[in-house]
Amino acid sequence: MSLGTSRRIATLAVTAFLLCLAAASAFAQTPTPPTPNKGDAAWMLTASVLVLLMTVPGLALFYGGLVRTKNMLSMLMQVFFVVCIVCIIWVVYGYSLAFSEGGSLNAYVGGLSKAFLAGVTPDSTAETFTDGVVIPEYVYICFQMTFACITPALIVGAMAERMKFSALVLFIPLWVTFVYFPIAHMVWYWAGPSATVAAAKTLAAATGDAKAAAQAAMDAVTANAGLAFGWGALDFAGGTVVHINSGIAGLMGALLVGRRVGYGKEAMPPHSLTMTLVGAALLWVGWFGFNAGSALEASGTAALAMINTFVATAAAALAWMLAEKVAKGKPSLLGGASGAVAGLVAVTPAAGFAGPMGAIVLGIVAGFMCMFFCSAIKNALGYDDALDVFGVHCIGGIVGALGTGILAAPMLGGTGVFDYTTGKVGDYDMLAQFITQAKAVCLTLIWSGVGSFILFSLVKMVVGLRPGTDQEREGLDLVDHGERAYNY
Amino acid sequence: MLTERAARPEHKGNQMKLVTAIIKPFKLEEVRSALTDLGLQGMTVTEVKGYGRQKGHTEIYRGAEYAVSFLPKIKIEVVVPEGTVDKAVEAIVRTARTGQIGDGKIFVSPIEHAVRVRTGETDDSAI
Repeated sequence: MSLGTSRRIATLAVTAFLLCLAAASAFAQTPTPPTPNKGDAAWMLTASVLVLLMTVPGLALFYGGLVRTKNMLSMLMQVFFVVCIVCIIWVVYGYSLAFSEGGSLNAYVGGLSKAFLAGVTPDSTAETFTDGVVIPEYVYICFQMTFACITPALIVGAMAERMKFSALVLFIPLWVTFVYFPIAHMVWYWAGPSATVAAAKTLAAATGDAKAAAQAAMDAVTANAGLAFGWGALDFAGGTVVHINSGIAGLMGALLVGRRVGYGKEAMPPHSLTMTLVGAALLWVGWFGFNAGSALEASGTAALAMINTFVATAAAALAWMLAEKVAKGKPSLLGGASGAVAGLVAVTPAAGFAGPMGAIVLGIVAGFMCMFFCSAIKNALGYDDALDVFGVHCIGGIVGALGTGILAAPMLGGTGVFDYTTGKVGDYDMLAQFITQAKAVCLTLIWSGVGSFILFSLVKMVVGLRPGTDQEREGLDLVDHGERAYNY
Repeated sequence: MLTERAARPEHKGNQMKLVTAIIKPFKLEEVRSALTDLGLQGMTVTEVKGYGRQKGHTEIYRGAEYAVSFLPKIKIEVVVPEGTVDKAVEAIVRTARTGQIGDGKIFVSPIEHAVRVRTGETDDSAI
């Protein structure tokens, strides 16, 4: 089952590596395929559910608390709808487009060989990042499904309080199809560790004429990967795929939908920061599934991702509060919660690569940068990114993706990058890695930015993006859903 | 309007006054207790918003600053016999005052007629 997953992993201990090698050679001698470890399977089942918790109710409440009372239900409903529709699309063709071999288009998107989950049974397995270690394919499908659900759900915050539900119903299936699935494929799809290790071994053993053939086989395995993965871009849990991707799409949405009626003139304070904090806290808890789960194993790397997800978040929340205290005189709860989310976003691509001290630095930088963007830059440019999807997710994602290139360096406490062909952590070239990270960031910004612009424009032509001015003033809860959030 | 007026009983000379006080919300309990000590048996309280010389304040949500002009206040309405008005006003002033701007206002206005719904009693006996 060469179920290509994602991100290269770095080893933590030479002993672990030797064990893997021993396991690999054992498998080479016996025809029995590897079976999932129950601990890994149990953790991944749990992690998948935790990521769902991030979206509903976490993200829904985080966003819902930030809008006015009259739009509370529309916010909850939009997030809830996105989760439901993407679950279905994912098993019909999404998983196949993101994580199967795509023939001539393989650098950009997968094929349809696994549409309707063809051929997947309870005995099917997906490889992790260690040669010879697998998890049940169904749990891998579920885990990746929750990522596909949260990414488009993040976008709706940018157009909050003024986008028609019907427009969203049309936009989301188009966006995941033409933007999310290809980007997930480009960043995360690869041939998998066992094929890579086997080809490298054959190459090492080959002599004379066989050498050329073995080299060709090795090249074929290396080439069987998404574009950004082939470049060597590091994205542990989705800094580019999830956050930069949704952040730039949100900016396009905010620009094409336009500002809310009364923006800049009328007060639009959040209707319940209590719910926003509840939502932010649920996001934090769920994010352990998101980041630590992205190790795909219950391992030391998962534990590294976990501790990074604690400390980067805390550091970013403190940084935002401090910046507010200095710039505006008072530290606010909303600032603290926003900082926490910014830290979570920034540590996402770095979670399994940076050391904990590096993660703290990353969190501090993300907290300051996102705070600066959400206040100074947004106001200066005058766009109405209602819930700061661009300012927090895109900017935080870029800080994280570029920071990963720096902080993965072993000299800064990072793990380095595991080289499957040599079976050890390779030499780390920080500048080269940083440039590769920047390329992956640009790829995501351009693909998602242009793609989202086209899709929003298309939806605008077909059904229109906004309700009428009177309807917008009345609130989307009554206009789109015929109900109110609070009846007392 | 005229017929309505005509239907009302003759004015009996029992003068009543409506005392309307706008106060800071956290002063409500002190004011209530002082008015009860005067023997007043009831009052109506409403949560209101408004501004006077205190003006508003500024709230900041991420990058967005809002001038909040209307501040939360409590409006007390109590109807008292004319002879008690001065004591009631004095009690409210004494208990609601902090000395800071934004302590509120008291308005006194005449009441023409009062009826207790349960018994049909009118005017002084109704309040």
